[in-house]
Amino acid sequence: MSTSRRDLLTAALAAGAVVTTDSAPAQGHNHNHNHKHQDAPSDPALRVKALESLLVAKGLVDRAAVDALIDTYEHKVGPRNGARVVARAWSNSAYKQRLLTDADSAIAELGYGGLQGEHMVVVENTADVHNLVVCTLCSCYPWPVLGLPPHWYKSNAYRSRSVIDPRGVLREFGLEIGQNVAVQVWDSTAELRYLVLPEQPYESAGWTEEKLATLVTRDAMIGVAKVASPVGGKRA
Amino acid sequence: MNGVHDLGGMQDMGAITPERSEPVYHAAWEGRAYGLTRAMAGWHLWNLDAVRYQRELIAPADYFRMSYYERWIEGLLELMLKNKLVTRTEIDSARPAAHTAKRTPTFTADKVPAFVAKGVPARRSVTVAANFLVGQQVRARNLNPVGHTRLPRYARGKVGTVDRDHGVFVFPDTNALFLGEKPQHVYSVRFAARELWGEQASQRDVVYIDLWDDYLAPA
Repeated sequence: MSTSRRDLLTAALAAGAVVTTDSAPAQGHNHNHNHKHQDAPSDPALRVKALESLLVAKGLVDRAAVDALIDTYEHKVGPRNGARVVARAWSNSAYKQRLLTDADSAIAELGYGGLQGEHMVVVENTADVHNLVVCTLCSCYPWPVLGLPPHWYKSNAYRSRSVIDPRGVLREFGLEIGQNVAVQVWDSTAELRYLVLPEQPYESAGWTEEKLATLVTRDAMIGVAKVASPVGGKRA
Repeated sequence: MNGVHDLGGMQDMGAITPERSEPVYHAAWEGRAYGLTRAMAGWHLWNLDAVRYQRELIAPADYFRMSYYERWIEGLLELMLKNKLVTRTEIDSARPAAHTAKRTPTFTADKVPAFVAKGVPARRSVTVAANFLVGQQVRARNLNPVGHTRLPRYARGKVGTVDRDHGVFVFPDTNALFLGEKPQHVYSVRFAARELWGEQASQRDVVYIDLWDDYLAPA
């Protein structure tokens, strides 16, 4: 079913792809993750370069549109958005209620929404409940509030084990959940996208929204971390 | 399809290895792969369910060998070939065939901000009766379709409780095959971890799975 890799490599070379410039970034990611690179690292870079050349030449793709899409998630949409949502919920109980009952509207109040976050659900961590978000079937993730998913979220390891051994997965992230706390896993099998509302560290009570937002991490909004206390190494 | 993409519950996939200060794209080509896939969807010749299904059709050994965005490119190539937007000869040469008219892209850069802000909603405003009520016990049906489905294997045959009715959504099983949207209710169904995984699971833990009416039967 697939075009052979050799064909695409040949095509890339025919298209005048510059091997040296693209091969470096292709292998440039840190190898402290688990996936295997059995092919020459320049291979996908060449394939994509050849494909883009073809699609632009055929008038099927506007290169500037591709640039704009890339730029959107590199510079405009990311976990800072979600952090602002969480910070507002922490500092405004009426907003928090709206967020938990009608997440789309509440998130839209801050100007966020749209692609891969058209239908949002926010789930709240408490002293008794810890929530964890996964997509076992692919890589569904709430883009408008968290940006594109990190590599580990899309990994076979995370997708497979989060539902059967969530406590073990959380332990790998350094988070031990007590037996008196229920772990709730949300498998994003449909078009609902999930955001975890983490617990607010009590030391941050009374802080401004702007300051609160600086405490909130992407991982806490996926549920693989808690929001660390702003004083010392304690966790809320 | 009972494919390898349906990973929930497998245990031999290795350690989870987060990276510190991970970039949005690990290499420039990953961003291009994302952008090209998104831009080509602008021709409206396929839908997100068909895109997912196409990636699921990648042969198992290739699926595990490929990195995430390599799967995207593989899926995109196949969809473009099926829709005769490109030919294998063109892909092989990376050049348009002789005497083909050049098109004008409709999804242009100026349309990106509005598109990203609106997205592609899958909820439908049509009135469809709900088969189940919140609080009702349901059993995930033991379905094994050879096409696309979003009913994960680990839930099939298991009993849970309807926790929330999300409203009416496009049904992926038919939509992926261009057999219509068949809009129907989607529910968040709560399964006890022990119902799914047996005694080894914590008695307190639960897994919520979003399931369509067609996936469910009364329990």
